Amino acid sequence: MTIKFKNVYINETATVTGPYESKGPFGKYFDLCYKDLYFGEKNWEQAEEKLINDAIDILIKKGQVDLKNIDVFIGGDLLNQIAPSNYAMSKFNNSFIGIYAACAMSTLGLILSASLIDGGFAQNVITFTSSHNTAAEKQYRYPVEYGGPKRKTTTFTSTGSACALVSSKNKGIKLESGTIGTVVDSGCNDVFNMGMAMAKAAGDTIYKHLKDIGRDIDYYDLVLTGDLGIYGKEILKDYMFNEYNIKLENYNDTGVMLYDLDKQPVYAGASGPACAPLVTYSYIFNEMKKVKYKKVLLAATGALMSPTMINHKLNIPSISHAVSLEVIS
Amino acid sequence: MKQSYQEIAKKHCPKENVLINAIIAFISGGVMGIIAQFLIDGYVMWLDISTKEATVCMLVTLIFLSCLFTSLGFFDKWVNFCKCGLIIPITGFAHATMSAALEFRKEGLVTGIGMNMLKLSGAVIIFGVVSSFVFSLIRMVVGLL
Repeated sequence: MTIKFKNVYINETATVTGPYESKGPFGKYFDLCYKDLYFGEKNWEQAEEKLINDAIDILIKKGQVDLKNIDVFIGGDLLNQIAPSNYAMSKFNNSFIGIYAACAMSTLGLILSASLIDGGFAQNVITFTSSHNTAAEKQYRYPVEYGGPKRKTTTFTSTGSACALVSSKNKGIKLESGTIGTVVDSGCNDVFNMGMAMAKAAGDTIYKHLKDIGRDIDYYDLVLTGDLGIYGKEILKDYMFNEYNIKLENYNDTGVMLYDLDKQPVYAGASGPACAPLVTYSYIFNEMKKVKYKKVLLAATGALMSPTMINHKLNIPSISHAVSLEVIS
Repeated sequence: MKQSYQEIAKKHCPKENVLINAIIAFISGGVMGIIAQFLIDGYVMWLDISTKEATVCMLVTLIFLSCLFTSLGFFDKWVNFCKCGLIIPITGFAHATMSAALEFRKEGLVTGIGMNMLKLSGAVIIFGVVSSFVFSLIRMVVGLL
């Protein structure tokens, strides 16, 4: 399903990260970077809650909006019951829609925000996502201090929170259209190869977007995927060409961009719901404001992995939601 | 002809360096064995105890050091490098138990450490007990013949 939006803009964005992200190539673009993973909190779960609260506080300050004028918050994170988001939102007296689409949450949040605004139901919406490396490792993988060897295709969950103020006010970046993806089973049950699980979903969503809206891939100056990593990126390129005869040329993956892959021990690259928006809201938006890129297609990808279902020997379903972002002409 | 997604994905998945990993594990595991032997000989010499008792002291020493190094935060890097060279000996068991205990210590003594400490290493205990039962059965049957 593809929705074309008439009057929706991302007015302002805010990004807060942990130490690894600030040492990556985009460190200087982030609004706030912490030096450890606790941020002064007692545990990682509460640290993630703080990440969200910090990002929202910065956004409200930067966007110069009153909390009273925010109609609804839309957001989520990776942990069970999206607990950090719920706890972070308990500090506000605003309506809140909690969502879950694993690492594709950022674009789903943008599409939902834009739909509410374009439908006339809301004027200002804040959408946020977050992820925390050690909190996610604890829930999905092994204890953090456990040093069992990891495979080359493993991705590194990014620590950070990114939020965006979406409104009908003509300012910032235009949210032109959005495609809601389908859940795809790519036949992969390898939890250390999420890139393979998600690349098919990304390919299908990008193709669906182009088909629904009647565009060529060249229409976009840049196509971005969420967190496929080095190997997933190559799989997607090959898959798009083989399946849909689309050559991805001006294409990159935010998972590959967020860290310095040569120096940082992050294996195949970054992952997590915060990965795609951290890169997009900071570096990409900065370049868009300089008009280096005019039209960007962002397809965040999410592996809807459940450790229980993996133990049942089932495959990892994945999803990808895409948004088209444009510089205001 | 179109390639299936599985074929495309397989083409782009990197191969792990199995041979190099095996050599590293072989050498580091061997070094571990040498250290353990030195410890046994040392305990026999210094403490004037039997080899059997010295072996227990050696195991306790290795377990203590693995737990200490895990808590100090650098043992995971050693394990990551040495792989099975440190995972197969008692050091791996101690490391897995300690890392889980550290991870859940904030969720309380009983609900955190108590219930989750053996998350990774519980399987080693269960199957260790089961396999020792099976082997002792075999030994008993062979002894009766």
